Amino acid sequence: MESSNQLIAGIGLAGTARKSRWPARLDFIQSGTGLVLALFMWGHMFFVSTILISNDAMWTITKFFEGYFFFGKSYPIMVSFVVATVITLLVVHAFLAVRKFPINYRQFTTFHGHMKMMRHEDTTLWFWQALTGFALFFVAAPHVYIMLTHPELIGPFESGDRVWTGHYWPLYILLLLAVELHGGIGLYRLAVKWDWFAGPDPAATRKRLKTLKWALTVFFLALGFATLAAYVKIGIAHAPDYGKPYVPAALQAAPQGVNK
Amino acid sequence: MSDANSKIIPIAKAGNGGDGGSAAHRQLKISVLRYNPQEPSQPPRMQTYPLEEADGMTLFIALNEIREKQDPSLQFDFVCRAGICGSCAMVINGRPTLACRTLTKSLGAEFTLAPLPFFELIGDLSVNTGKWMRGMSERLGGWLHMKEPNPDLRRAEQKMDPDLADKIYELDRCVECGCCVAACGTARMRKDFVGAVGLNRVARFRLDPRDARTDDDYYEVIGDDDGVFGCMSLLACHDVCPKDLPLATQIAFVRRKMVSLGWS
Ligand code: HEM
Ligand code: SF4
Ligand code: SF4
Ligand code: FES
Repeated sequence: MESSNQLIAGIGLAGTARKSRWPARLDFIQSGTGLVLALFMWGHMFFVSTILISNDAMWTITKFFEGYFFFGKSYPIMVSFVVATVITLLVVHAFLAVRKFPINYRQFTTFHGHMKMMRHEDTTLWFWQALTGFALFFVAAPHVYIMLTHPELIGPFESGDRVWTGHYWPLYILLLLAVELHGGIGLYRLAVKWDWFAGPDPAATRKRLKTLKWALTVFFLALGFATLAAYVKIGIAHAPDYGKPYVPAALQAAPQGVNK
Repeated sequence: MSDANSKIIPIAKAGNGGDGGSAAHRQLKISVLRYNPQEPSQPPRMQTYPLEEADGMTLFIALNEIREKQDPSLQFDFVCRAGICGSCAMVINGRPTLACRTLTKSLGAEFTLAPLPFFELIGDLSVNTGKWMRGMSERLGGWLHMKEPNPDLRRAEQKMDPDLADKIYELDRCVECGCCVAACGTARMRKDFVGAVGLNRVARFRLDPRDARTDDDYYEVIGDDDGVFGCMSLLACHDVCPKDLPLATQIAFVRRKMVSLGWS
Protein backbone atom coordinates (compact mmCIF):
# COMPACT_ATOMS: atom_id res chain seq x y z
CA MET A 1 0.00 0.00 0.00
CA GLU A 2 2.64 2.42 1.15
CA SER A 3 4.83 1.65 -1.82
CA SER A 4 2.03 2.00 -4.38
CA ASN A 5 1.25 5.46 -2.97
CA GLN A 6 4.92 6.27 -3.19
CA LEU A 7 5.04 5.17 -6.78
CA ILE A 8 1.95 7.19 -7.70
CA ALA A 9 3.58 10.24 -6.08
CA GLY A 10 6.86 9.50 -7.77
CA ILE A 11 5.24 9.50 -11.18
CA GLY A 12 3.67 12.86 -10.30
CA LEU A 13 0.05 11.70 -10.17
CA ALA A 14 -0.52 12.18 -6.44
CA GLY A 15 -2.65 15.29 -6.77
CA THR A 16 -4.99 14.02 -9.45
CA ALA A 17 -7.73 12.49 -7.34
CA ARG A 18 -7.84 15.18 -4.70
CA LYS A 19 -5.54 18.16 -4.62
CA SER A 20 -3.05 18.19 -1.76
CA ARG A 21 -4.02 20.32 1.23
CA TRP A 22 -0.39 21.14 1.89
CA PRO A 23 -0.19 24.34 -0.18
CA ALA A 24 -2.96 25.77 2.01
CA ARG A 25 -1.16 24.80 5.20
CA LEU A 26 2.16 26.09 3.94
CA ASP A 27 0.65 29.45 3.05
CA PHE A 28 -0.75 29.69 6.55
CA ILE A 29 2.48 28.60 8.20
CA GLN A 30 4.51 31.06 6.14
CA SER A 31 2.36 33.90 7.38
CA GLY A 32 2.19 32.52 10.92
CA THR A 33 5.94 32.14 11.33
CA GLY A 34 6.44 35.60 9.81
CA LEU A 35 3.96 37.10 12.26
CA VAL A 36 5.45 35.41 15.32
CA LEU A 37 8.98 36.40 14.27
CA ALA A 38 7.96 39.99 13.65
CA LEU A 39 6.23 40.26 17.02
CA PHE A 40 9.20 38.58 18.69
CA MET A 41 11.49 41.16 17.07
CA TRP A 42 9.44 43.95 18.61
CA GLY A 43 9.73 42.42 22.06
CA HIS A 44 13.41 41.75 21.50
CA MET A 45 14.02 45.38 20.57
CA PHE A 46 12.34 46.61 23.72
CA PHE A 47 14.41 44.25 25.86
CA VAL A 48 17.79 45.12 24.38
CA SER A 49 16.99 48.83 24.35
CA THR A 50 16.70 48.82 28.15
CA ILE A 51 20.41 49.62 27.92
CA LEU A 52 19.26 53.16 27.09
CA ILE A 53 17.69 53.37 30.55
CA SER A 54 20.66 52.05 32.50
CA ASN A 55 23.08 49.17 32.73
CA ASP A 56 21.15 47.88 35.70
CA ALA A 57 17.91 47.88 33.76
CA MET A 58 19.42 45.79 31.02
CA TRP A 59 21.06 43.51 33.56
CA THR A 60 17.72 43.01 35.29
CA ILE A 61 15.97 42.04 32.06
CA THR A 62 18.75 39.61 31.24
CA LYS A 63 18.64 37.99 34.62
CA PHE A 64 14.87 37.84 34.43
CA PHE A 65 15.08 35.70 31.30
CA GLU A 66 17.69 33.52 32.93
CA GLY A 67 15.21 32.81 35.71
CA TYR A 68 17.37 34.49 38.37
CA PHE A 69 14.43 36.13 40.08
CA PHE A 70 12.46 32.90 40.23
CA PHE A 71 15.14 30.44 41.21
CA GLY A 72 17.68 32.77 42.87
CA LYS A 73 20.22 31.45 40.39
CA SER A 74 20.85 32.06 36.69
CA TYR A 75 20.03 29.42 34.12
CA PRO A 76 21.27 30.80 30.77
CA ILE A 77 20.14 27.54 29.19
CA MET A 78 16.64 29.00 29.36
CA VAL A 79 17.77 31.61 26.88
CA SER A 80 19.14 28.87 24.66
CA PHE A 81 15.70 27.29 24.57
CA VAL A 82 14.11 30.52 23.41
CA VAL A 83 16.85 30.97 20.82
CA ALA A 84 16.32 27.41 19.59
CA THR A 85 12.63 28.17 19.12
CA VAL A 86 13.43 31.32 17.18
CA ILE A 87 15.91 29.45 15.01
CA THR A 88 13.27 26.84 14.26
CA LEU A 89 10.80 29.55 13.27
CA LEU A 90 13.43 31.23 11.11
CA VAL A 91 14.29 28.01 9.33
CA VAL A 92 10.65 27.11 8.68
CA HIS A 93 9.82 30.64 7.56
CA ALA A 94 12.84 30.94 5.28
CA PHE A 95 12.22 27.46 3.87
CA LEU A 96 8.69 28.44 2.89
CA ALA A 97 9.49 31.96 1.76
CA VAL A 98 12.24 30.95 -0.65
CA ARG A 99 9.50 29.39 -2.77
CA LYS A 100 8.63 32.95 -3.73
CA PHE A 101 12.12 34.09 -4.66
CA PRO A 102 12.98 34.54 -8.30
CA ILE A 103 14.67 31.19 -8.85
CA ASN A 104 16.70 31.93 -11.95
CA TYR A 105 18.19 34.79 -13.89
CA ARG A 106 15.24 35.06 -16.23
CA GLN A 107 12.75 35.41 -13.39
CA PHE A 108 14.97 37.89 -11.64
CA THR A 109 15.42 40.17 -14.66
CA THR A 110 11.74 39.90 -15.53
CA PHE A 111 10.71 40.98 -12.06
CA HIS A 112 13.34 43.67 -11.86
CA GLY A 113 12.42 45.14 -15.25
CA HIS A 114 8.75 44.95 -14.38
CA MET A 115 9.35 46.76 -11.11
CA LYS A 116 11.36 49.54 -12.78
CA MET A 117 8.70 49.99 -15.41
CA MET A 118 5.71 49.98 -13.09
CA ARG A 119 7.11 52.20 -10.36
CA HIS A 120 4.47 50.69 -8.10
CA GLU A 121 5.27 50.99 -4.42
CA ASP A 122 3.98 47.63 -3.20
CA THR A 123 5.74 45.80 -6.01
CA THR A 124 9.00 47.55 -5.15
CA LEU A 125 8.48 46.82 -1.48
CA TRP A 126 8.23 43.13 -2.26
CA PHE A 127 11.59 43.27 -3.99
CA TRP A 128 13.09 44.79 -0.86
CA GLN A 129 11.39 42.21 1.28
CA ALA A 130 12.84 39.39 -0.76
CA LEU A 131 16.26 41.03 -0.80
CA THR A 132 16.36 41.65 2.95
CA GLY A 133 14.98 38.16 3.53
CA PHE A 134 17.84 36.78 1.51
CA ALA A 135 20.32 38.89 3.47
CA LEU A 136 18.85 37.56 6.70
CA PHE A 137 19.99 34.04 5.85
CA PHE A 138 23.53 35.27 6.36
CA VAL A 139 23.39 38.11 8.81
CA ALA A 140 21.01 36.42 11.25
CA ALA A 141 22.98 33.19 11.37
CA PRO A 142 26.09 34.32 13.35
CA HIS A 143 23.93 36.21 15.83
CA VAL A 144 21.52 33.41 16.64
CA TYR A 145 24.32 30.88 16.78
CA ILE A 146 26.30 32.83 19.36
CA MET A 147 23.14 33.38 21.41
CA LEU A 148 22.41 29.67 21.26
CA THR A 149 25.87 28.59 22.30
CA HIS A 150 26.83 31.42 24.66
CA PRO A 151 23.62 32.58 26.31
CA GLU A 152 25.59 33.51 29.43
CA LEU A 153 27.43 36.22 27.51
CA ILE A 154 24.49 38.62 27.51
CA GLY A 155 24.72 41.68 29.69
CA PRO A 156 25.74 45.34 29.59
CA PHE A 157 29.50 44.63 29.49
CA GLU A 158 29.25 41.23 27.86
CA SER A 159 27.17 42.56 24.98
CA GLY A 160 29.14 45.80 24.77
CA ASP A 161 32.35 43.79 24.53
CA ARG A 162 30.95 41.60 21.78
CA VAL A 163 29.63 44.60 19.84
CA TRP A 164 32.89 46.52 20.01
CA THR A 165 35.93 44.37 20.76
CA GLY A 166 34.23 41.32 19.23
CA HIS A 167 33.57 43.28 16.03
CA TYR A 168 29.88 42.47 15.91
CA TRP A 169 28.75 46.04 15.26
CA PRO A 170 29.00 45.93 11.44
CA LEU A 171 26.95 42.74 11.45
CA TYR A 172 24.39 44.31 13.77
CA ILE A 173 24.00 47.34 11.51
CA LEU A 174 23.11 45.06 8.61
CA LEU A 175 20.94 42.86 10.78
CA LEU A 176 19.04 45.83 12.11
CA LEU A 177 18.39 47.28 8.66
CA ALA A 178 17.39 43.93 7.23
CA VAL A 179 15.08 42.93 10.07
CA GLU A 180 13.31 46.25 10.38
CA LEU A 181 12.73 46.66 6.65
CA HIS A 182 11.77 43.03 6.20
CA GLY A 183 9.56 42.78 9.25
CA GLY A 184 7.87 46.11 8.61
CA ILE A 185 7.04 45.29 5.03
CA GLY A 186 6.08 41.76 6.09
CA LEU A 187 3.55 42.95 8.65
CA TYR A 188 2.02 45.34 6.15
CA ARG A 189 1.81 42.52 3.64
CA LEU A 190 0.18 40.24 6.19
CA ALA A 191 -2.48 42.85 6.80
CA VAL A 192 -3.33 43.24 3.11
CA LYS A 193 -2.88 39.57 2.29
CA TRP A 194 -5.45 38.44 4.85
CA ASP A 195 -7.47 41.64 4.79
CA TRP A 196 -7.09 42.31 8.51
CA PHE A 197 -8.57 45.56 9.77
CA ALA A 198 -10.95 45.51 6.80
CA GLY A 199 -12.96 48.66 7.12
CA PRO A 200 -15.77 50.10 5.06
CA ASP A 201 -13.21 51.92 2.94
CA PRO A 202 -10.40 49.52 1.95
CA ALA A 203 -8.40 52.21 0.14
CA ALA A 204 -8.27 54.39 3.25
CA THR A 205 -7.39 51.38 5.41
CA ARG A 206 -4.54 50.47 3.13
CA LYS A 207 -3.21 53.99 3.17
CA ARG A 208 -3.30 54.06 6.95
CA LEU A 209 -1.58 50.68 7.11
CA LYS A 210 1.15 51.95 4.81
CA THR A 211 1.70 55.02 6.97
CA LEU A 212 1.74 52.89 10.09
CA LYS A 213 4.22 50.51 8.47
CA TRP A 214 6.68 53.30 7.72
CA ALA A 215 6.20 54.86 11.13
CA LEU A 216 6.99 51.55 12.81
CA THR A 217 10.04 51.00 10.63
CA VAL A 218 11.39 54.47 11.38
CA PHE A 219 10.66 54.07 15.08
CA PHE A 220 12.37 50.71 15.40
CA LEU A 221 15.33 51.77 13.28
CA ALA A 222 15.83 54.86 15.44
CA LEU A 223 15.50 52.86 18.64
CA GLY A 224 17.77 50.16 17.21
CA PHE A 225 20.54 52.52 16.19
CA ALA A 226 20.38 54.39 19.50
CA THR A 227 20.65 51.05 21.30
CA LEU A 228 23.53 49.89 19.15
CA ALA A 229 25.33 53.19 19.77
CA ALA A 230 24.90 52.68 23.50
CA TYR A 231 26.52 49.24 23.34
CA VAL A 232 29.34 50.60 21.18
CA LYS A 233 29.99 53.30 23.75
CA ILE A 234 30.03 50.77 26.58
CA GLY A 235 32.20 48.45 24.52
CA ILE A 236 34.80 51.14 23.83
CA ALA A 237 34.95 52.17 27.48
CA HIS A 238 35.09 48.56 28.63
CA ALA A 239 37.66 47.40 26.07
CA PRO A 240 40.57 47.38 28.56
CA ASP A 241 38.55 45.04 30.76
CA TYR A 242 37.28 42.91 27.89
CA GLY A 243 35.56 39.78 29.08
CA LYS A 244 34.78 40.91 32.61
CA PRO A 245 31.06 40.47 33.30
CA TYR A 246 28.81 43.19 34.58
CA VAL A 247 27.87 43.12 38.24
CA PRO A 248 25.38 45.72 39.46
CA ALA A 249 26.58 48.04 42.18
CA ALA A 250 24.08 46.60 44.65
CA LEU A 251 25.60 43.15 44.30
CA GLN A 252 29.24 44.12 44.20
CA ALA A 253 29.57 43.91 47.96
CA ALA A 254 28.69 40.23 47.82
CA PRO A 255 31.96 38.48 46.97
CA GLN A 256 30.43 35.78 44.76
CA GLY A 257 28.00 37.95 42.82
CA VAL A 258 25.69 36.12 40.50
CA ASN A 259 28.18 34.94 37.99
CA LYS A 260 29.07 31.51 39.14
CA MET B 1 -21.23 43.09 -20.21
CA SER B 2 -22.62 46.54 -19.73
CA ASP B 3 -21.16 48.85 -17.23
CA ALA B 4 -21.92 51.72 -14.92
CA ASN B 5 -18.75 53.54 -15.67
CA SER B 6 -17.21 55.18 -12.64
CA LYS B 7 -14.30 56.88 -14.35
CA ILE B 8 -16.16 57.88 -17.47
CA ILE B 9 -14.39 60.37 -19.61
CA PRO B 10 -15.97 63.75 -20.16
CA ILE B 11 -17.42 64.18 -23.62
CA ALA B 12 -15.34 66.57 -25.69
CA LYS B 13 -17.08 69.91 -25.58
CA ALA B 14 -15.84 71.44 -28.79
CA GLY B 15 -16.07 68.47 -31.06
CA ASN B 16 -12.67 67.19 -32.06
CA GLY B 17 -10.77 70.39 -31.77
CA GLY B 18 -12.29 71.44 -35.10
CA ASP B 19 -11.41 75.05 -35.64
CA GLY B 20 -8.64 74.99 -33.12
CA GLY B 21 -10.68 75.82 -30.01
CA SER B 22 -9.79 78.66 -27.73
CA ALA B 23 -6.49 77.91 -26.02
CA ALA B 24 -3.44 76.83 -27.97
CA HIS B 25 -3.23 73.08 -28.14
CA ARG B 26 -0.21 71.18 -26.92
CA GLN B 27 2.15 69.44 -29.30
CA LEU B 28 2.26 65.87 -28.12
CA LYS B 29 5.16 63.54 -28.60
CA ILE B 30 3.93 59.99 -28.43
CA SER B 31 6.63 57.33 -28.26
CA VAL B 32 5.38 53.91 -29.24
CA LEU B 33 7.20 50.65 -28.71
CA ARG B 34 7.26 49.01 -32.12
CA TYR B 35 7.95 45.39 -32.73
CA ASN B 36 6.50 42.81 -35.04
CA PRO B 37 7.21 39.20 -34.05
CA GLN B 38 6.72 38.25 -37.72
CA GLU B 39 9.75 40.37 -38.60
CA PRO B 40 12.31 39.47 -35.96
CA SER B 41 15.09 41.05 -38.04
CA GLN B 42 13.72 44.45 -36.96
CA PRO B 43 14.51 44.68 -33.25
CA PRO B 44 12.08 46.34 -30.79
CA ARG B 45 12.43 50.11 -31.00
CA MET B 46 10.72 53.30 -29.91
CA GLN B 47 9.12 55.46 -32.57
CA THR B 48 7.97 58.96 -31.74
CA TYR B 49 4.95 60.52 -33.40
CA PRO B 50 4.25 64.24 -33.08
CA LEU B 51 0.57 65.07 -32.77
CA GLU B 52 -1.44 68.17 -32.01
CA GLU B 53 -3.69 67.59 -29.06
CA ALA B 54 -7.41 68.20 -29.44
CA ASP B 55 -10.03 68.93 -26.80
CA GLY B 56 -11.16 65.79 -25.03
CA MET B 57 -8.70 63.68 -26.96
CA THR B 58 -8.43 60.08 -25.82
CA LEU B 59 -5.66 57.74 -26.82
CA PHE B 60 -8.22 56.04 -29.03
CA ILE B 61 -8.55 59.24 -31.02
CA ALA B 62 -4.84 59.98 -30.93
CA LEU B 63 -3.75 56.56 -32.17
CA ASN B 64 -6.33 56.48 -34.92
CA GLU B 65 -5.20 59.87 -36.10
CA ILE B 66 -1.60 58.70 -36.18
CA ARG B 67 -2.57 55.61 -38.14
CA GLU B 68 -4.67 57.60 -40.62
CA LYS B 69 -2.32 60.50 -41.22
CA GLN B 70 1.17 59.31 -40.36
CA ASP B 71 1.71 55.58 -40.24
CA PRO B 72 -0.75 53.01 -41.55
CA SER B 73 1.49 50.18 -40.36
CA LEU B 74 0.94 50.93 -36.67
CA GLN B 75 -0.92 48.07 -34.97
CA PHE B 76 -3.26 48.49 -32.03
CA ASP B 77 -6.73 47.27 -30.96
CA PHE B 78 -9.93 49.07 -30.15
CA VAL B 79 -13.50 47.84 -30.40
CA CYS B 80 -15.93 49.60 -28.12
CA ARG B 81 -13.85 52.68 -27.30
CA ALA B 82 -15.94 52.97 -24.12
CA GLY B 83 -14.12 50.81 -21.61
CA ILE B 84 -16.40 47.82 -22.13
CA CYS B 85 -14.74 45.34 -24.47
CA GLY B 86 -11.34 45.33 -22.77
CA SER B 87 -9.39 45.08 -26.00
CA CYS B 88 -7.43 48.35 -25.87
CA ALA B 89 -5.33 47.70 -22.76
CA MET B 90 -1.72 48.80 -23.13
CA VAL B 91 1.16 50.04 -21.01
CA ILE B 92 0.94 53.81 -20.77
CA ASN B 93 3.94 55.47 -19.10
CA GLY B 94 4.84 52.14 -17.56
CA ARG B 95 1.41 51.18 -16.23
CA PRO B 96 -1.18 48.94 -17.87
CA THR B 97 -4.53 50.58 -18.45
CA LEU B 98 -7.28 51.05 -21.05
CA ALA B 99 -6.24 53.40 -23.85
CA CYS B 100 -9.79 54.33 -24.84
CA ARG B 101 -10.44 55.70 -21.38
CA THR B 102 -7.21 57.63 -21.07
CA LEU B 103 -7.37 61.30 -21.92
CA THR B 104 -4.19 62.72 -23.37
CA LYS B 105 -4.88 65.65 -21.06
CA SER B 106 -4.13 63.39 -18.09
CA LEU B 107 -0.62 62.74 -19.43
CA GLY B 108 2.41 64.90 -20.00
CA ALA B 109 3.12 66.25 -23.47
CA GLU B 110 5.55 63.38 -23.95
CA PHE B 111 4.56 59.87 -23.02
CA THR B 112 5.23 56.26 -23.93
CA LEU B 113 2.97 53.49 -25.13
CA ALA B 114 3.91 49.82 -25.09
CA PRO B 115 2.04 46.54 -25.49
CA LEU B 116 0.88 44.63 -22.43
CA PRO B 117 3.61 42.24 -21.36
CA PHE B 118 2.80 38.61 -20.47
CA PHE B 119 0.34 38.04 -23.32
CA GLU B 120 1.19 36.87 -26.81
CA LEU B 121 2.35 39.85 -28.83
CA ILE B 122 0.63 40.26 -32.17
CA GLY B 123 2.53 43.39 -33.15
CA ASP B 124 3.22 46.89 -31.81
CA LEU B 125 0.48 47.61 -29.25
CA SER B 126 -1.70 44.66 -30.15
CA VAL B 127 -1.67 41.57 -27.93
CA ASN B 128 -3.74 38.41 -27.83
CA THR B 129 -5.36 38.57 -24.41
CA GLY B 130 -8.32 36.53 -25.62
CA LYS B 131 -6.31 33.37 -26.06
CA TRP B 132 -4.99 33.49 -22.51
CA MET B 133 -8.35 34.46 -21.05
CA ARG B 134 -9.98 31.51 -22.74
CA GLY B 135 -7.37 29.14 -21.36
CA MET B 136 -7.82 30.61 -17.89
CA SER B 137 -11.56 30.24 -18.12
CA GLU B 138 -11.35 26.64 -19.25
CA ARG B 139 -8.92 25.84 -16.49
CA LEU B 140 -11.11 27.36 -13.79
CA GLY B 141 -14.47 26.38 -15.23
CA GLY B 142 -15.23 30.08 -15.39
CA TRP B 143 -18.92 29.72 -16.14
CA LEU B 144 -22.04 28.87 -14.23
CA HIS B 145 -22.21 25.21 -13.29
CA MET B 146 -25.97 24.89 -12.96
CA LYS B 147 -27.39 23.13 -9.96
CA GLU B 148 -30.23 21.93 -12.17
CA PRO B 149 -28.72 20.61 -15.37
CA ASN B 150 -32.00 20.90 -17.29
CA PRO B 151 -33.88 23.87 -15.92
CA ASP B 152 -37.52 24.23 -16.87
CA LEU B 153 -37.36 27.26 -19.11
CA ARG B 154 -41.12 27.87 -18.92
CA ARG B 155 -40.94 28.43 -15.19
CA ALA B 156 -40.24 31.94 -13.87
CA GLU B 157 -36.61 32.43 -12.89
CA GLN B 158 -35.82 32.11 -9.21
CA LYS B 159 -35.60 35.43 -7.45
CA MET B 160 -32.24 36.59 -6.16
CA ASP B 161 -31.71 38.84 -3.19
CA PRO B 162 -30.97 42.30 -4.67
CA ASP B 163 -27.96 42.85 -2.40
CA LEU B 164 -26.47 39.57 -3.52
CA ALA B 165 -27.22 40.38 -7.14
CA ASP B 166 -25.38 43.67 -6.67
CA LYS B 167 -22.39 41.90 -5.18
CA ILE B 168 -22.21 39.47 -8.06
CA TYR B 169 -22.67 42.25 -10.56
CA GLU B 170 -19.84 44.20 -8.96
CA LEU B 171 -17.42 41.35 -9.73
CA ASP B 172 -19.00 40.64 -13.09
CA ARG B 173 -17.90 44.06 -14.30
CA CYS B 174 -14.49 42.63 -15.19
CA VAL B 175 -13.88 43.20 -18.91
CA GLU B 176 -10.95 40.76 -19.17
CA CYS B 177 -8.65 43.50 -20.33
CA GLY B 178 -5.63 41.75 -18.79
CA CYS B 179 -4.25 44.82 -17.03
CA CYS B 180 -4.22 43.02 -13.68
CA VAL B 181 -2.19 40.14 -15.09
CA ALA B 182 0.25 42.38 -16.94
CA ALA B 183 0.76 44.40 -13.76
CA CYS B 184 1.33 41.35 -11.58
CA GLY B 185 4.95 40.63 -10.67
CA THR B 186 3.99 37.07 -9.77
CA ALA B 187 2.41 36.40 -13.15
CA ARG B 188 5.40 37.95 -14.88
CA MET B 189 7.74 35.53 -13.13
CA ARG B 190 5.46 32.50 -13.21
CA LYS B 191 3.58 31.97 -16.44
CA ASP B 192 1.04 29.54 -15.00
CA PHE B 193 -0.31 31.87 -12.32
CA VAL B 194 -4.10 32.37 -12.68
CA GLY B 195 -3.91 36.08 -12.01
CA ALA B 196 -6.33 38.37 -10.28
CA VAL B 197 -8.82 38.09 -13.13
CA GLY B 198 -9.03 34.33 -12.49
CA LEU B 199 -9.30 34.65 -8.73
CA ASN B 200 -11.98 37.29 -9.17
CA ARG B 201 -13.85 34.90 -11.42
CA VAL B 202 -13.82 32.23 -8.73
CA ALA B 203 -14.98 34.78 -6.16
CA ARG B 204 -17.86 35.68 -8.47
CA PHE B 205 -19.15 32.10 -8.90
CA ARG B 206 -18.66 31.32 -5.23
CA LEU B 207 -21.26 33.99 -4.55
CA ASP B 208 -23.74 32.68 -7.08
CA PRO B 209 -26.45 30.58 -5.44
CA ARG B 210 -27.24 28.93 -8.78
CA ASP B 211 -23.76 27.45 -9.02
CA ALA B 212 -23.44 23.86 -7.87
CA ARG B 213 -19.77 24.01 -6.91
CA THR B 214 -18.48 23.95 -3.35
CA ASP B 215 -15.23 25.31 -1.92
CA ASP B 216 -13.75 21.82 -2.29
CA ASP B 217 -14.36 22.07 -6.02
CA TYR B 218 -12.75 25.49 -6.18
CA TYR B 219 -9.80 24.22 -4.20
CA GLU B 220 -9.20 21.68 -6.94
CA VAL B 221 -8.57 24.49 -9.44
CA ILE B 222 -6.95 27.25 -7.37
CA GLY B 223 -5.60 25.47 -4.29
CA ASP B 224 -1.93 25.59 -5.22
CA ASP B 225 0.95 27.89 -6.02
CA ASP B 226 -0.37 28.54 -9.53
CA GLY B 227 -3.61 29.55 -7.88
CA VAL B 228 -4.42 31.68 -4.88
CA PHE B 229 -1.37 30.63 -2.85
CA GLY B 230 0.92 31.91 -5.57
CA CYS B 231 -0.33 35.45 -5.11
CA MET B 232 2.26 37.47 -3.19
CA SER B 233 -0.12 40.32 -2.38
CA LEU B 234 1.70 42.95 -4.38
CA LEU B 235 -1.69 44.51 -5.13
CA ALA B 236 -0.62 45.97 -8.45
CA CYS B 237 -3.65 44.20 -9.94
CA HIS B 238 -5.92 46.13 -7.61
CA ASP B 239 -4.18 49.41 -8.27
CA VAL B 240 -4.33 49.22 -12.06
CA CYS B 241 -7.72 47.58 -12.66
CA PRO B 242 -9.45 50.11 -14.91
CA LYS B 243 -12.83 48.93 -13.69
CA ASP B 244 -11.86 49.49 -10.05
CA LEU B 245 -12.72 45.96 -9.05
CA PRO B 246 -12.11 45.23 -5.35
CA LEU B 247 -9.41 42.72 -6.19
CA ALA B 248 -7.42 43.00 -2.96
CA THR B 249 -10.44 42.17 -0.84
CA GLN B 250 -11.61 39.41 -3.15
CA ILE B 251 -8.25 37.69 -3.32
CA ALA B 252 -7.88 37.88 0.46
CA PHE B 253 -11.36 36.45 0.82
CA VAL B 254 -10.72 33.55 -1.54
CA ARG B 255 -7.39 32.93 0.18
CA ARG B 256 -8.99 32.69 3.60
CA LYS B 257 -11.63 30.28 2.30
CA MET B 258 -9.05 28.09 0.59
CA VAL B 259 -6.65 28.12 3.54
CA SER B 260 -9.45 27.04 5.86
CA LEU B 261 -9.79 23.90 3.74
CA GLY B 262 -6.17 23.07 4.56
CA TRP B 263 -7.29 21.35 7.70
CA SER B 264 -10.42 19.70 6.33
C1 HEM C 1 16.45 33.82 6.90
C2 HEM C 1 15.57 34.70 7.20
C3 HEM C 1 14.36 35.12 6.37
C4 HEM C 1 14.07 34.94 5.03
C5 HEM C 1 14.89 34.24 3.97
C6 HEM C 1 12.79 35.54 4.79
C7 HEM C 1 12.16 35.62 3.55
C8 HEM C 1 10.89 36.13 3.34
C9 HEM C 1 10.27 36.33 2.07
C10 HEM C 1 10.91 36.07 0.71
C11 HEM C 1 9.01 36.77 2.28
C12 HEM C 1 7.97 37.11 1.22
C13 HEM C 1 7.08 35.93 1.04
C14 HEM C 1 5.93 36.24 0.13
O1 HEM C 1 5.97 37.23 -0.59
O2 HEM C 1 4.96 35.47 0.14
C15 HEM C 1 8.83 36.86 3.69
C16 HEM C 1 7.68 37.25 4.32
C17 HEM C 1 7.60 37.64 5.65
N1 HEM C 1 8.64 37.64 6.57
FE1 HEM C 1 10.45 36.83 6.26
N2 HEM C 1 12.31 36.06 5.96
C18 HEM C 1 13.27 35.84 6.94
C19 HEM C 1 13.21 36.23 8.27
C20 HEM C 1 12.17 36.97 8.82
C21 HEM C 1 12.22 37.59 10.12
C22 HEM C 1 13.41 37.60 11.09
C23 HEM C 1 11.01 38.18 10.29
C24 HEM C 1 10.55 38.99 11.47
C25 HEM C 1 10.93 40.23 11.63
C26 HEM C 1 10.19 37.92 9.12
C27 HEM C 1 8.90 38.35 8.91
C28 HEM C 1 8.15 38.16 7.77
C29 HEM C 1 6.75 38.46 7.61
C30 HEM C 1 5.82 39.03 8.68
C31 HEM C 1 6.40 38.12 6.28
C32 HEM C 1 5.03 38.19 5.61
C33 HEM C 1 4.50 36.78 5.56
C34 HEM C 1 3.59 36.48 4.41
O3 HEM C 1 3.57 37.22 3.42
O4 HEM C 1 2.87 35.47 4.51
N3 HEM C 1 10.95 37.19 8.24
N4 HEM C 1 10.00 36.48 4.33
S1 SF4 D 1 -9.98 42.37 -13.06
FE1 SF4 D 1 -9.83 44.47 -13.83
S2 SF4 D 1 -7.78 44.59 -14.69
FE2 SF4 D 1 -8.26 42.43 -14.48
S3 SF4 D 1 -9.07 41.79 -16.43
FE3 SF4 D 1 -10.81 42.36 -15.14
S4 SF4 D 1 -11.18 44.51 -15.58
FE4 SF4 D 1 -9.17 44.05 -16.38
S1 SF4 E 1 -2.06 40.79 -5.42
FE1 SF4 E 1 -0.17 40.88 -6.56
S2 SF4 E 1 0.51 38.82 -6.81
FE2 SF4 E 1 -1.63 38.78 -6.28
S3 SF4 E 1 -2.67 38.79 -8.22
FE3 SF4 E 1 -2.52 40.91 -7.59
S4 SF4 E 1 -0.66 41.70 -8.52
FE4 SF4 E 1 -0.59 39.47 -8.64
S1 FES F 1 -11.81 49.81 -26.81
FE1 FES F 1 -13.11 48.53 -25.61
S2 FES F 1 -12.26 48.85 -23.63
FE2 FES F 1 -11.12 50.22 -24.80
